[in-house]
Amino acid sequence: MSGLTLTNISMRFDLANGAHVQALQDVSLDLRPGQLMSVLGPSGCGKSTLLNIVAGFLAPTAGRVALNGHAVTGPDAERGVVFQQGALFEWMNVRDNVSFGPRMAGQREAQFGPRVDHLIEVVGLQDFREKATYELSGGMQQRVALARCLANDPDVILMDEPLGALDALTREKMQAMILDLWKETGKTIILITHSVEEALLLGERLIVMAPRPGRIYKEYHLPFADQGVGQDLRQIKKRPDFAARREEILSMIWNMEEEIMGRQGDAA
Amino acid sequence: MTGLALLLVYAGLFAAAALVVKLIRRRTGQRKDFTSLKTVTFGDESAIRPDRAASVISILVVFVLWGAFTGSRLVPFHVPGPFIGETGFAYQARGADGRPTSGRVRVFAGIDAPADAAGDAVVASVPRGRDRLIPLPGGAQASAIDGTAIAPGGRVRVDHGTVSMTAKGTLGFAADEGLQMEPIWLPSPEAVAGRFVEIARTGYQNFSLWEHLGASLMRVLAGFALGSLVGIPLGYAMGLSGWFRGWFDPIVEFMRPVPPLALIPLVIIWFGIWETGKIVLLFLAALWVMTIAARAGVSGVNITKVHAAYSLGTSKWQLLRHVILPNSLPEIFTGARVAMGVCWGTVVAAELVAAQKGAGMMIIAASKFQLTDIVLMGIILIGIIGYAIDVLMRLAERKLVPWKGRG
Repeated sequence: MSGLTLTNISMRFDLANGAHVQALQDVSLDLRPGQLMSVLGPSGCGKSTLLNIVAGFLAPTAGRVALNGHAVTGPDAERGVVFQQGALFEWMNVRDNVSFGPRMAGQREAQFGPRVDHLIEVVGLQDFREKATYELSGGMQQRVALARCLANDPDVILMDEPLGALDALTREKMQAMILDLWKETGKTIILITHSVEEALLLGERLIVMAPRPGRIYKEYHLPFADQGVGQDLRQIKKRPDFAARREEILSMIWNMEEEIMGRQGDAA
Repeated sequence: MTGLALLLVYAGLFAAAALVVKLIRRRTGQRKDFTSLKTVTFGDESAIRPDRAASVISILVVFVLWGAFTGSRLVPFHVPGPFIGETGFAYQARGADGRPTSGRVRVFAGIDAPADAAGDAVVASVPRGRDRLIPLPGGAQASAIDGTAIAPGGRVRVDHGTVSMTAKGTLGFAADEGLQMEPIWLPSPEAVAGRFVEIARTGYQNFSLWEHLGASLMRVLAGFALGSLVGIPLGYAMGLSGWFRGWFDPIVEFMRPVPPLALIPLVIIWFGIWETGKIVLLFLAALWVMTIAARAGVSGVNITKVHAAYSLGTSKWQLLRHVILPNSLPEIFTGARVAMGVCWGTVVAAELVAAQKGAGMMIIAASKFQLTDIVLMGIILIGIIGYAIDVLMRLAERKLVPWKGRG
């Protein structure tokens, strides 16, 4: 069995005041290798918890995560993670950041050098190899994070709102870059995002999660990611079928938010 | 009197310098931007930058005032000094036999009376800064000075001084003191500089100046090194292990607010007054600061970085070596700067208590002989070295942890 399998994942947090929060309830998923799945949902729906469980940072209270047939029991180089920000090592220059994984695995410069340099070129940072990461803009820092993740050649890449801290223009460019990298490398990717557009553009598969308890609410299979590779993403955004989907999902999430607010209003 | 005059002059110079610099800047047309509208109260602390012109003038003013109030040759103007020269007053008196007499007193203040001064007048020599009793010839008791009546316990102003009468009826004279300080209170800058040259050449109390300063520095470095050697690993352990943290937290939190100076008596009782005691004291001064810095450096690591490192396949040791250690360096450097400052202050105080050599020993020994110039020289050297240590630490910090505060 290959690919990523989530079986009946539940996660319950015990709060200090004795109450519980059911962050996830019976979430099951099958992700075939090479699939790009985006995850959408209102805040509090457990999408970050889900990613942390798959990454191995959190142990679920029930259920099982398996990658290529073996159980996930903790963080590992087979599952790379790209965070929103703050995950680069600012005491290393760009190249040392990108080559971090291979170096920790005990590889020699001759083994990883060409691949690392190639990846730095792919993300367009060949002129910034020796720069310190804190000298780079936010968009460049995220490209370093992407390259660093790819340099480790993981089976699955988990992205936790990787473009959330970027300005709109940089964000668009980075979306195109992620699509290209996905097609080029054929990696399995889970992308968590707040942006409905981003989720539609990048996810060939899209799940919308609902809160309290956190669960999969609806699932879509979308054509936009395949069509967007190497294309102008703005043209796709203008298409009526894209706009219709966007409105559908937006109002779905909007209703969920309304419901949460209403429920809180009743309680108060 | 002198102190108040000094304060007024200082405040005046502060305002005058500000005004003059402002006028000059307006003349030369320096650009004004909106930064000048911001103040600390509006939440932008960085808007207030030190005015370098003010710093330079401030240092100049200190030296000019110092010179002006000590009669320095390096400063062209001085506040009025004590009266030096000849003055005198006339007196009317009643002799032992009851007959009224009168005469003059010639007073030589701060100078020797010439050999032929006597004549028909009473001659009195008054050393600088002192007063002197002036017995009238034939045991006469004065009744008036320069035409002003005087009684026992009274005083009369005369030219360049004050004539007073003791309870038993003897006259005394004190010359005007002026506003200048006597060298025993505050020696002039050149006296301090001269003393510095002399001691740099010939040493002080059996040791050369460099041995004195070197001894203090060596103690600081030894105490700091030992404190770091124990404190940093302890801080790491406290940052990484709950058991370590629970065990040592009460000790560290208890010892941190105890000023090292309060430990001097105990350290002397336990370790004696010689080198061991001093180094133990400095070790304790540095230990808690370094422990807390290392602990903060470890606990301050962004959890995202730890997660990222694990997802890139690091082992626990690799995480410690390649992420937690470098991530804690800025905090440790901040701690090192604080610790060096504390150690330097503590070593001087420790040497005041008991030492054969050291910067603190120099000034306490000199103060016992009222050698104020050496005391002042010592204080200035201590200040310069303390400042130099901090500047060096800051340079090292910029060189070694350039990413500080930029994560």
